[in-house]
Amino acid sequence: MTETTDAPIEALQDKEPLKPPRSQWRDVWDQLRKHKGALLGGFFLIFITLAVLIGPYVWTLDPQKLDIRNKDMRPIYTALWDSDAKVRWANPLGTDNLGRDGLANILAGGRASMAVGWAAMVLSLLIGTGVGVVSGFFKRLDGPLMRLTDLFLSLPILPLLLVAVTLFRQPLRANFGPEGGMFILIVTVIGITSWMPTARIVRGDILALKEREFVLAARSIGTTPRLIILRHLLPNVLSPIMVSATLGLATAIITESALSFLGVGFPSDFPTWGKMLADAVPRMEQFPERVILPGIAISLTVLGVNYLGDGLRDALDPRIRGR
Amino acid sequence: MLTFTIRRLALSIPTLLFISFAIFMLLQLAPGDPMAQVPLTVPPEVKQKMREALGLGEPPLIQFWKWLVQMFWIEPQVFIDYMFGTSFAEGKLRVISWQTRSPVMDIIVQRIPQTLWVVGMSYVVGILIAIPIGIYSAYRQYSIFDQSGTFITMIGFSIPPFFTGPLLIVIFSVQLGWFPSIYDTTHVVTDWSSFKVQLNQMILPVMVLALQTTAQISRYMRAAMLDNLNQDYVRTARAKGLSEAVVVMVHVLRNSMIPVITVIALGIPAIFGGAIITENVFKVNGIGQLLITALFANDLPMVMTVSFIFAFLIVTFNLIADVLYGVLDPRIRYD
Repeated sequence: MTETTDAPIEALQDKEPLKPPRSQWRDVWDQLRKHKGALLGGFFLIFITLAVLIGPYVWTLDPQKLDIRNKDMRPIYTALWDSDAKVRWANPLGTDNLGRDGLANILAGGRASMAVGWAAMVLSLLIGTGVGVVSGFFKRLDGPLMRLTDLFLSLPILPLLLVAVTLFRQPLRANFGPEGGMFILIVTVIGITSWMPTARIVRGDILALKEREFVLAARSIGTTPRLIILRHLLPNVLSPIMVSATLGLATAIITESALSFLGVGFPSDFPTWGKMLADAVPRMEQFPERVILPGIAISLTVLGVNYLGDGLRDALDPRIRGR
Repeated sequence: MLTFTIRRLALSIPTLLFISFAIFMLLQLAPGDPMAQVPLTVPPEVKQKMREALGLGEPPLIQFWKWLVQMFWIEPQVFIDYMFGTSFAEGKLRVISWQTRSPVMDIIVQRIPQTLWVVGMSYVVGILIAIPIGIYSAYRQYSIFDQSGTFITMIGFSIPPFFTGPLLIVIFSVQLGWFPSIYDTTHVVTDWSSFKVQLNQMILPVMVLALQTTAQISRYMRAAMLDNLNQDYVRTARAKGLSEAVVVMVHVLRNSMIPVITVIALGIPAIFGGAIITENVFKVNGIGQLLITALFANDLPMVMTVSFIFAFLIVTFNLIADVLYGVLDPRIRYD
């Protein structure tokens, strides 16, 4: 009589997983944490966004308030090497030629620049993802939509932006007020002229994804195309969309500043970083900080966003992740 | 390959037509009136006549057709006349600028050398700097040179030209006084000393534009080199005893140049567009500055023609890039 062992053969035992399962986003975060530049860039982006959102409540000076007696103040740090410089603690970043406070203007300008950047980025993502998904999923629309994308890619963007902004400035200002009209105009033109790379990337990914088995399975149980796109395809193309979102934010901020710099941006009493930089150029010999401070603000924000995009691209790519 | 090129060429004609039509219709919506500067004492019927003389009385489609005829039928004739001394275009109406009342193409031809000197030179300088940086930082990946090179190109990528321009002016022409802050386009090079003056005034705008080019192209170069350095044929080349210099500079470099050359071709029209800002900062009266002044002066024929030239450059160089890609890389078949 053989002994019956209670314990089954070891190879047939179900092993408990050694570690609890990890979600995809945990992995992405772990990979992103290794990229120092991306982390710094991300923190700087959050910092600058919070600063321009909360800053005006902390530093309550009105950026438009004219204080002509205290005009042309230098920033407080100039006192370190130049003891004769006109500085005072009430205006830590100095004042401009009309006595408007530098710090308050930087914060207000950042608000406008970041708002335009985020809004234009979201708009171009929406258009780009929509065009990409539709042309990747519906074969009949693929040809015309991709021709349209090619057409937009061969438009001269900056000249067209300039043309559009100069042409539509008046009617929109009349309808939505000088600032609101300009905001709508700039966000729309940047959004309309920058969706093409996103559309191409998304289309490529959708073309590959829709041949996969899980889409076939979803279709076989009678899922409508709308639900297939929303539930099965869009979550899978999220990572390229996020990467092009960062690139889009950087380009949108630079384009808005370039428009302001060329003098076709927001109205003259409405500060944005590009406008402050442009206004300060004629007197930059005496007051270099008025060029340098907004310039540094633009450059650091864009640098941070670009680094974040670089890190995200690495972190979201499963072939690179975990190395 | 040939059929592909011909097909693309044929496709680019409707594309360009459509783009020019879109620009034209956009300009039709312009609120400005070219007669706004005419004195009030001029009677309305005379004003109407002047308007018709500018071609404004006609419906938009006919105006567009006339622009097409002037641009593609009369301007080539003028060019042939200029080349061979014939007189095909005698007495025919060309595209006239509303600002100066002279033919648009003449002004553009006057402005192009300045743009080509500054922008073209900066592109060449940028490429010459970028390619060695890209090669070396890929060859020594993660070395200090690579890390700092990637950081600097990232900065060059992120700082917009309207900031680097004034910054360089403050440093080099205000503080140090080495270079002039304004590009003098009337300067004529006759001898060695005037050549040095020309070189001096070109350095700042070329530096600003070259920074952007360098940042972009060295990133592409590095990525392309990295893709190729791990391939099997590199191991084979090393195994058969080729020297490291030959492996990298001949085998890997040639293969890595394929995508980089197409990127260089694609960047040429973009640099014309980006040069609008740099030309504005350094007061170079090139083609970008022409567009800006025409735009502010409501000079629609000029805006139309210059934008069309930009679109033409983009379409042409896209085509060139695609064809080059196929010519350089025998693995790619378009048929």
